[in-house]
Amino acid sequence: MSRARWIAVAAGILLAAGGPLCGVERFPPPEFTGGHVLPETTVPGPEPRTAGWVDVTVLLAGLVLAAWVSLKLRSRAAMVVLSLGALAYFGFWRRGCVCAIGAVQNVARGVADAEYAVPLAVAAFFVLPLVFALIWGRAFCAGVCPHGAIQDLVLVKPVKVPRWLDAGLRVVPWVYLGLAVLLAATGGLFIICKYDPFVGIFRMSGSRAMLLTGAGLLVLGMFVGRPYCRYLCPLGVLLGVSSRAAKWRPTVTPGACTQCRLCESACPFGALDYGSSEVPEQERLATERKRVLVMLLAAPVAVLGFGWLGGKAGLATTAWHPDGKLAALVAAGEKGELKGGIPDEVTAYRRQGARRDEVYARAAAVENRALPIGRVIGGLLGLVLAAKAGQAFFPKRSRDYQTDPEHCVSCTRCFSACPYELARRGIPIETPEEGKTMGEANEK
Amino acid sequence: MPENGGKLTRRGLLHSGMRGAGLLGFGGAAGFLAGREERSRTVWQIDPDKCIQCGLCATECVLEVSAVKCVHSHGMCGYCELCTGYFEPEPIALDEGAENQLCPTGAIERAFVEDPYYEYRIKEDLCVGCGKCVKGCNMFGNGSLYLQVRHDRCIDCNVCAIATACPSQAFRRVPATEPYLLRGKGDGEK
Repeated sequence: MSRARWIAVAAGILLAAGGPLCGVERFPPPEFTGGHVLPETTVPGPEPRTAGWVDVTVLLAGLVLAAWVSLKLRSRAAMVVLSLGALAYFGFWRRGCVCAIGAVQNVARGVADAEYAVPLAVAAFFVLPLVFALIWGRAFCAGVCPHGAIQDLVLVKPVKVPRWLDAGLRVVPWVYLGLAVLLAATGGLFIICKYDPFVGIFRMSGSRAMLLTGAGLLVLGMFVGRPYCRYLCPLGVLLGVSSRAAKWRPTVTPGACTQCRLCESACPFGALDYGSSEVPEQERLATERKRVLVMLLAAPVAVLGFGWLGGKAGLATTAWHPDGKLAALVAAGEKGELKGGIPDEVTAYRRQGARRDEVYARAAAVENRALPIGRVIGGLLGLVLAAKAGQAFFPKRSRDYQTDPEHCVSCTRCFSACPYELARRGIPIETPEEGKTMGEANEK
Repeated sequence: MPENGGKLTRRGLLHSGMRGAGLLGFGGAAGFLAGREERSRTVWQIDPDKCIQCGLCATECVLEVSAVKCVHSHGMCGYCELCTGYFEPEPIALDEGAENQLCPTGAIERAFVEDPYYEYRIKEDLCVGCGKCVKGCNMFGNGSLYLQVRHDRCIDCNVCAIATACPSQAFRRVPATEPYLLRGKGDGEK
């Protein structure tokens, strides 16, 4: 019985197959005699955008407070409270969106693609932390960023990462930033969001891989301070560069540095520049000259080399772009190289009745955009790597112990290691026990 | 520069110059972007005419239960007794037994209206957005079942994870004032 019906239905389909596929009324809607009322399709609307402006206000207030706590109040407890607030609001309440780290991609795409509009709230999330970093250092990282907060709060037993390893891994965020900007600018693939480790935790849902990466980073973060911030965060790169030019930055000591070395192990993030007052001024200047010379010589080679590589990478990334991917599949289909059946992309392309040359033209347009953007990003990356190499081989030595202008995240931990700071607060200085640092001994 | 007693040094000048350039740059970027600010807000939506029901909507969304759900334009529905969106191919019987249903979560409610018509309603809480019923309805029926992003659930990600994976590029931004791409619009309203 039912089989006969199916055959009838299938026959109907075959007859109707000549027409357009979608929305065909093969079975005319009935005219009810009993006065049956059709249910309506509900259309719940999105959350009003006012939420975005609340977020920007909270961000601004958080930044002002974080700058004040790290520069004037100099209180670790206040910073912890502030970062808890940021974790609760931007993390768990807003579920990780909108986020300053991800905003980098919107801005990159907004600059590259005239048709793409960046919401003002997202633009504010990109600009405000950087402007603050230009004036008051990386206050954002310490007190406002939920990613920073969640890692900072799990740090229980900091392990020192060897300087060479730390310096090497610090290059990764630059490459990640370059790749993220390239992909966002050319295709609309936002890898920072796609591979964000913590957003799954904030939303308390997500793919298993995402949640496991987040949990893994948090376990690592118990021993290696802020692993995401230091070795992955692409916004950290921009904030670090801005922070180098900052007008004011957190200082270890509220007074003068006497090179007592008590703060030497106070920074869990490897962001403390050791003083070198014993090195004669002459020698320091000589090192500096060598560094600049190496950088000047290496820069052109690196810029050209990496610019070329960047162009190649740009072209390679078009394979991830929906238009590039479709064109490759269509081309493969023509040559009969499609293995394992027809992919969904080609099925969709056939059903939509798109023309082959249109598909190829769209893919070519993507490649034309990707090549110059890739070259520019590659060149810039080359410049940065040359500078990094110069710094690695001829390190810049400051006279005093001070926070690293690029990598210090204003967490305020090192303050209590300084005897001048303790005197300022009127705390009697305790000698640390065996195996403890001055900071730990005097932490209240 | 405190150690120089407030004097202008080469390094100090460079420093201030960098800061000034940075502020100008970010200010310029902000101004540039503000000029491009979307005139009206947009949200993600699926074009039902492009959708091929590949099933990725159910698995790619960042939410554990996808924000994509099946919706039903009742005005287009044929109210068939044998609904190819509801029944498995070759069902054992034309009743509501689980073994006859196509939907893996039993999210479609089948109710008798009058002979020979049956009404099919989506229980949205159960729907996972797999699109199996949509496929069935589009292949053999009127196409009154289709997938839509439900905006009471969607968190409007920067870039929609499903849109990135969608093989038919069926996702696009639509104005927030008209956030659905409904089929047979107007037919269902009396």
